[in-house]
Amino acid sequence: MTTDPSQVQLTADGRLKHFLTTEGLSRELLTEILDTADSFISTQERDVKKVPLLRGKTVVNLFFENSTRTRSTFELAAKRLSADILNLDIAKSATAKGETLMDTLWNLEAMYSDMFVVRHADSGAAHFIAEHVTPNVAIINAGDGRHAHPTQAMLDMLTIRRHQGSIEGKIVAIVGDILHSRVARSQIHALRTLGAAEVRVIGPGTLLPRDIEALGCKAYYRMEDGLKDCDVIIMLRLQKERMQNALLPSEGEFFKLYGLTEEKLTYAKPDAIVMHPGPINRGVEIESNVADGPQSVILNQVSYGIAVRMAVMAMAMSGQQQERNELAEQNSEQSDVHNNEPGQEEA
Amino acid sequence: MHLPDIEQTCTELGQRLAAYLQQNNIEQPLLVGIRTGGVWIAERLQQQLQTEDGVSTLDISFYRDDFTRHGLHPQVKGSELPDSIEDRHIILIDDVVMSGRTIRAAMNELFDYGRPASISLVCLLDIGRRELPIQPDLCGVTLALEEGQLVKLSGPTPLQLSLA
Repeated sequence: MTTDPSQVQLTADGRLKHFLTTEGLSRELLTEILDTADSFISTQERDVKKVPLLRGKTVVNLFFENSTRTRSTFELAAKRLSADILNLDIAKSATAKGETLMDTLWNLEAMYSDMFVVRHADSGAAHFIAEHVTPNVAIINAGDGRHAHPTQAMLDMLTIRRHQGSIEGKIVAIVGDILHSRVARSQIHALRTLGAAEVRVIGPGTLLPRDIEALGCKAYYRMEDGLKDCDVIIMLRLQKERMQNALLPSEGEFFKLYGLTEEKLTYAKPDAIVMHPGPINRGVEIESNVADGPQSVILNQVSYGIAVRMAVMAMAMSGQQQERNELAEQNSEQSDVHNNEPGQEEA
Repeated sequence: MHLPDIEQTCTELGQRLAAYLQQNNIEQPLLVGIRTGGVWIAERLQQQLQTEDGVSTLDISFYRDDFTRHGLHPQVKGSELPDSIEDRHIILIDDVVMSGRTIRAAMNELFDYGRPASISLVCLLDIGRRELPIQPDLCGVTLALEEGQLVKLSGPTPLQLSLA
């Protein structure tokens, strides 16, 4: 049995050392991630986009499930922190030769890797690796099964904060396939912790989890009711395989009821923003006029995604480093080096 | 130990900076304060000199050389500089200069924003203990502290110096 993931990801003094889930993290810590990401946005706007923070560190992208966009933004984030990054197409390489997941990871650890960015189809995969396989490598969860996608949720929080001023007091609606969405789960935890006034989920009954209200959400089955007075509308991607599983009648039917059109957008506040984690299915969950319209911040989300990933990578590496140092100190307790620490002047 | 009066030291430093700029034919200096104390000093100097651009700020958290020892500073605030610092004469301002590592980090960061014409270093206090070949062009007061002693500046109003 594994322990609470929110604890596995923290050092003894409460700093991030892995990033596995938004669930159970404090408001202070989530805000620190957003503040750090804000600073990285300004470095992204320079001609020289790199900062030297993670110079010499090695990051490995371990994508057991395909995702070009998420993988590329993690790759860019690592590069802009000056880390070295290795992309492993894990599905095609080691595991195909019969090597177990654990052996693959231990081999990568033996190559002095400092951080693994993990995407896996099984819920809890990143947590399992952080706790049992390579606890001294910082693990960033880039999506695990139906469980969590915490960096996506945090880039959404940053988008809301930058475009609506704050998350506190806002009414946010998440629309579509909530049942299978790790993004929605991570968003709900972050929104609740950061003080959103209301978190609503809108979709057909077959795609809303039964226990959704236990997470502090209100469930709506009609767009007209759910979007009323909303500040933020988050559309989720509709996965086509859901149609084959008979959870949905047809794409056309879904679009008619839940697709975001200019008309349905008028139910929300006039300054409501429209978000989508991408890639978008035009004409299935969102109309082109809305996706490309003035209230859409979908492409801003992509830019902020890099800054948020830089922030959690830097923070997790920092926490991980702290633990390594403490361990090294314990091991050489007797060496009696009273060093005058070179570093920033105390002022 | 007798600590100097900060307001008075700032005023004198401002007068010396005005003379320094004139001497070096710098007409439009860009004042850049290093967070946090350096920004307070830069603001004092700006009030005196009334430079055109106001005060720019530099947060060196992403450029420090001790990340592997101390990790990321928990409160990163970010830097705020003009769109271009290309060919500008930069007056880099910090409250206390000690090892010189902060200044090295600050210069590394500045060069990621562009290629300035020159950088001059102005510090309120120099407490020695240098570890890098970096010296201020102008310095308010040089303090000889006892081993293990540090100074701490609190502010922005009033600016106060205490021993730590």
